[in-house]
Amino acid sequence: MNGKSERFLRSLSATAGFVAKYIGVFAVLALIAGTLLVLVNGSWLSIQQNGLSFFTGTDWAPNMDKYGGLTIIYGTLVSTLIAMIIAVPLSLVIALFLVELAHPVVSRIFGTAIELLAAIPSIIFGMWGFFVLMPLMQNHVQPLLQTIFGKEFFLFAGPPRGSGLLTAGIILSIMILPFISAVARDVMTMVPPVVKESAYGVGATSWEVTRGVSFRYGLQGLIGGAFLGLGRALGETMAVAYVIGSSPRFSASITQPSYSIPSAIANQFGEAEPLHKSALVELALVLFAITCCIQIAYFLWMRRMKRSVGVL
Amino acid sequence: MMRPRSLPRRRFTNGLVNSISALAALFGLFMLCWIVFTVLKNGISSFSLSMLTELPKAQGDKSGTGGVANAILGTGIITLIASMIGIPLGLMTGIYLSEFGKDHWLASTVRFCNTILLGIPSIIIGIMVFETLVIPMRTFSGLAGGVALSILMLPVVARTTEDMLTLVPNSLRESSLALGASRWKTIRTVVFRAAKTGLITGTLLAVARVGGETAPLMFTAFNSPDWPRSLLGAMANLTMTVFQGYSSPFQFDQRAAWAASLLIAIAILAVNLSTRLLFRERKR
Repeated sequence: MNGKSERFLRSLSATAGFVAKYIGVFAVLALIAGTLLVLVNGSWLSIQQNGLSFFTGTDWAPNMDKYGGLTIIYGTLVSTLIAMIIAVPLSLVIALFLVELAHPVVSRIFGTAIELLAAIPSIIFGMWGFFVLMPLMQNHVQPLLQTIFGKEFFLFAGPPRGSGLLTAGIILSIMILPFISAVARDVMTMVPPVVKESAYGVGATSWEVTRGVSFRYGLQGLIGGAFLGLGRALGETMAVAYVIGSSPRFSASITQPSYSIPSAIANQFGEAEPLHKSALVELALVLFAITCCIQIAYFLWMRRMKRSVGVL
Repeated sequence: MMRPRSLPRRRFTNGLVNSISALAALFGLFMLCWIVFTVLKNGISSFSLSMLTELPKAQGDKSGTGGVANAILGTGIITLIASMIGIPLGLMTGIYLSEFGKDHWLASTVRFCNTILLGIPSIIIGIMVFETLVIPMRTFSGLAGGVALSILMLPVVARTTEDMLTLVPNSLRESSLALGASRWKTIRTVVFRAAKTGLITGTLLAVARVGGETAPLMFTAFNSPDWPRSLLGAMANLTMTVFQGYSSPFQFDQRAAWAASLLIAIAILAVNLSTRLLFRERKR
């Protein structure tokens, strides 16, 4: 082989190596920048036309060109809040069971089942929610809540319809439960046995060890897990779209039809006029901003945790 | 810090919490069974062999046959496109992060952006691809659907790859380099081989997760009553068949929705269970 072609081949493989090395880097950075650019570009019309009233108005009436997004943003936040209130304590006690109480074989079976729950696609959750949970809420849970708290109690007021923020929150909580409990389980497994054993040694019960030692030792990890679930719940589309009721009218009652950002986009984006479409993209931009903030907080939190405790 | 409490009370609290936690774990298992049962019950009663071989029936047809074969094929094609784009790019990103970048500022930035990408709601990816591919091409397309799913897949594969490659001990790399192998040859023949099971598991799980997505397909691949003939036209897929069928007044659409749910659920649970059995409890 002569020198010239060898040099050519070598430079070719060097170029290929360079491209292979940086192509993923380029893809990731371009995707983030591209998403932001597309969302801002797409919502520009709505930002100009609607201005601040987008964030203060509660009227979402595309036929009258009114785009007040507050109700929809409120629905997203409240359904996520309900999901977190249910899922976080439940995940913690599930992790307690898996790590401290159950026989390893039992723990493995339950652990696998809960991980499989995480694998089920959201559309399946939606089908279950629509055909099983919604009738259940309508015929049993919501009437029960009204008999307990009274018909006029603002959170559960109105005729039972089955749909609404409460139903959405319940479905979301089941969907994010596996993620939070998986992190909680990892965190609790990583507590050094010596620390736990010394607590047991002075006579603490298993709950006292969990609360006073494991939870405290892994607090940062647990909060990280909660962030993870929070991000998922905010952006969940399909399951929520099935059960939220799709009504842009504001209602303080969590048992009345409502809307969330992803479900509004899913239902309306396909047949929207330009301004309507732009308003929906602005909603997407708001959602993107919220999830970004959560991811950033999560990222910083995890980095701090890695440094200070060395867990996870 | 610790207030003195009587032993019976402490025992009672402990017993209470323990039973609550056992109940909570049972609840998780119960939910899985309940959802799977619902899908099995309705899915099997809507299922017939024609579901696997025939095209959907026109609206209002009551003959009881018809199927979702085009959607099965479409989901396969879209997932394949997504894998062909998402897996290599994800692998490359993971390799960069673990083998080249490490603590370099560029690597930290990419890791950070990857975390953000991982958390972007899938419907936003759908809108993004709609604006950048569907609008310029003036048509919904299976290709756009595949691209949207690949964007969801990339960060997952990148994260798994980095995690798995980081677990490979440095001494292996050093021995390979000391024998005169190049960096790439070391990665290909030593590091990859050491991390093989983890990489396969992670990638398969990523494919399964993305294959069940609906939201990014709504404005990209959309749906079609026809066979997938071209990558540049709307393409039938299982998840959109479910979403469009569940509230349809037509009997066939509802049957198709349940049958498609059944197929999706079985496929995804099968992939998850088999990777678990084959590769034994590897961490994500």
